[in-house]
Amino acid sequence: MAEIPMAFILAGLAAYTVLAGADFGAGLWTLLAGGGPASRVAVRDHARHAMGPVWEANHVWLIFVLVVCWTAYPVVFGSIMSTLAIPVFLAAVGIILRGASYALRGQLDTSRAQHPIENLFALSSILTPFALGTVVGGIASGRVPVGNAAGDPVTSWLNPTSVVIGALAVATGGYLAAVYLAADAHRLGERTLELDFRARALVSGLCAGALALAALVVVRSDAPALFHGLTSDGGIAAVGVSVAAGLMTLFLVWRRHFGPARASAALAVAAIVAGWALAQRPRVLPGLTIDQAAASRPTLLATIIAVACGAIVLVPSLLLLFRLVLRGRLDPADTPSATILPPRTPRKEQNHLLAAFAAATFLIGVGMTVIANSGWVLALGIICLFACAISTFGLAAADPSQQTESRIHG
Amino acid sequence: MTGLLATVGGVFTSVDQDYLSQARQMQALSLAVHIPLVCFGIAFPAMVLYCEWRYLRTGDALFRTLARRWSKIMLALFAVGVVTGTILSFEFGLLWPAFMANFANVFGLGFTLEGFSFFIEAIFIGIYVYGWDRLPPRAHFLSGIPIAIAGVTGSLFVISVNGWMNHPGGFTLQEGRAVNEHPWSALFGNSFFWHEFVHMYFAGYIVAGFLVAGAYAWAFLRGRWGRYERTALTVALSAAAIAAPLQVVIGDWAAREVASAQPTKLAALEGLGQTTRGAPEHLLGWYNGHDVVYGIEIPRLLSLLAFHDPNATVQGLNAVPIADQPPVNVVRFSFQTMVGIGTLLALLGVVYLYVRLRHRRLPNSAWFYRAVMLAGPLSVTALWAGWITTEVGRQPWIVYHVMRTTDAVTEARGIPVGYGTLIVVYLALAGGVAWLLRRFSRAPLEVDRHG
Repeated sequence: MAEIPMAFILAGLAAYTVLAGADFGAGLWTLLAGGGPASRVAVRDHARHAMGPVWEANHVWLIFVLVVCWTAYPVVFGSIMSTLAIPVFLAAVGIILRGASYALRGQLDTSRAQHPIENLFALSSILTPFALGTVVGGIASGRVPVGNAAGDPVTSWLNPTSVVIGALAVATGGYLAAVYLAADAHRLGERTLELDFRARALVSGLCAGALALAALVVVRSDAPALFHGLTSDGGIAAVGVSVAAGLMTLFLVWRRHFGPARASAALAVAAIVAGWALAQRPRVLPGLTIDQAAASRPTLLATIIAVACGAIVLVPSLLLLFRLVLRGRLDPADTPSATILPPRTPRKEQNHLLAAFAAATFLIGVGMTVIANSGWVLALGIICLFACAISTFGLAAADPSQQTESRIHG
Repeated sequence: MTGLLATVGGVFTSVDQDYLSQARQMQALSLAVHIPLVCFGIAFPAMVLYCEWRYLRTGDALFRTLARRWSKIMLALFAVGVVTGTILSFEFGLLWPAFMANFANVFGLGFTLEGFSFFIEAIFIGIYVYGWDRLPPRAHFLSGIPIAIAGVTGSLFVISVNGWMNHPGGFTLQEGRAVNEHPWSALFGNSFFWHEFVHMYFAGYIVAGFLVAGAYAWAFLRGRWGRYERTALTVALSAAAIAAPLQVVIGDWAAREVASAQPTKLAALEGLGQTTRGAPEHLLGWYNGHDVVYGIEIPRLLSLLAFHDPNATVQGLNAVPIADQPPVNVVRFSFQTMVGIGTLLALLGVVYLYVRLRHRRLPNSAWFYRAVMLAGPLSVTALWAGWITTEVGRQPWIVYHVMRTTDAVTEARGIPVGYGTLIVVYLALAGGVAWLLRRFSRAPLEVDRHG
């Protein structure tokens, strides 16, 4: 049971890398816009638009990873966050800037004087994946001991493994973003943009592949234990899957089959996350196995129940969102496709009954809340106050102009 | 299982941090930035959906325009809330790793559930805001309902954690860390949690309602007073004006809960040095370490308010050693600020409701609209003051009577650098949001009427 929440964390981490990684990658492409077949402005606009409706949802995966980690493995969370405080803080600053650019996204389109600000946002989308990559490198190379800031504040994340994984994270994000953006351009029928992002995908895919190989070489000398894990049993299988999926993606992008390329690109990244987990198992931090790190049974059970129940709501919602996005149902429309309702004559409202109800719930609610100190009477009193609030709102928020007219007529 | 946990117990105990105060300020700053956005998460979706519902019922296109324009602001504020909320979750680990390592197994469940609320909110806010014109009207309205529900449940789960920090239970303490924990009952079987949640829920409507209404009150004073502005003001102000007077009743309940569960905090709120039978209430004034000086004394009122009995005995600060007392004047000043502003807002709400319901019109006086403009910033001030009251009033404990804040802090260096950086970044963020809202307000209505 101690391992199940870790499986959630790894799934969340893979989802965050695949989905939010691409959001950061899109920021990278706004910085490197121009030079391809499409114009600088077109590339920037496309990169900014395509991530629109999904950014918030993609980002929540990181929150999910954090909360499950601190609930199920609190000591691990405390150790990682205190030792790796610097890269975590840098990632946080990057996330603020990147999030701000999404908050401002609609308005940046129409604004002039945007480029310095947008470049700052784009820089933040290199900073964040790099910083988070160095965090992963610090954990994977065993540089985070158990304890409150027990590790070295600098070399725990500025070391060969961390740096190469950070660079790999940036390249992977750019690669994923290019694949997704090429697919979006294909759907929108933007031929020039499609070719532009296809070229970007091929180049960044090769870069990511080269960095992944370089990472293996670096890890071999810098973190032999991790290298051993990655080259034996489950580790080597996952690495193999990742290599195969990566090559497959390059082929699919080359042949302009962007839909399947999305899936195989995601698989390549997810396989690497799985490989890391298998390579390190059962050790989470040096001297701390997953069983030792796990919270006690009721908490693990509660986490599993919460995630299972949450998934029942989350999975259909996510499918709906991605379906709408991938079918272009949330793309900006030139002409509204939804019907506009015709005006109707409003029904006569039963204002007196509502007013009496509001007054009654107010008196009962206040009475019960003030008298009772706890228990059902108090709960009923609070419910009455809510009912009073809602019914009074119904009276007060009714259309003012309409009411003035009815008064003139009456 | 718990035996295994105990093998790593004790590693998160000794702490030597020179910048505890800066760490606390950094956390407070992040909360202060995030909490007004939470208010919008609680109240704004319901207000937007109300307008869209009116459109569906009457076919009145004005309500569609209103809902559409508000929904864009809702999305922008949500995106800012996402990042400021992320910063908070980072800071729990960056600043308070010992707190997390020793106790997150008890309260983490609340955040796990909140994570799912957050997911649902994020997914449907994307569908809702980008789905105008693209989804059939009823489907579009329905896609907004999960946002409103998740906005409420999200804050509910987070406040359940705060309720637990203030009134902890559901675990056994062993070598300074929680073992044998029962997270469900610790969070949701906690008597201290519900008043905090309801109080915050009403605050959400007060803050979001008055801030939104303030924008249209400004339009009134500038002579822009078409049907659009009147309707927008009516919806937003009605929400705030109803919540504000009812908040007085909820506040009374909250004060009684504090009186019974956290007598030291109550004594700090009121500056009550000695345990007193028939304790008086002091307005304004200053606590000098023994008593409130230069204040207006109202005999027996504290006993009456705290226990609904003018002769009740109220525990004073002298019941606990100085080391276990919160900074009294900070807590007391915040509390009085919250209560003072809350009372004014309640009066403003009653005035509005009287004119609106009795005379079936909006107030005509320019002074009323000036007051509404002021009410927005004041309600945010009251919100901050309220949270300072409860969180500084909890000090010196991070987990009430279980773990001291000094034992929770990180041993990592560089807190002042992080704090300074965060101030700069938040100032830039505030500037960005201000610029954004200004641009929203200047966009012509026609943009949202058709396209």
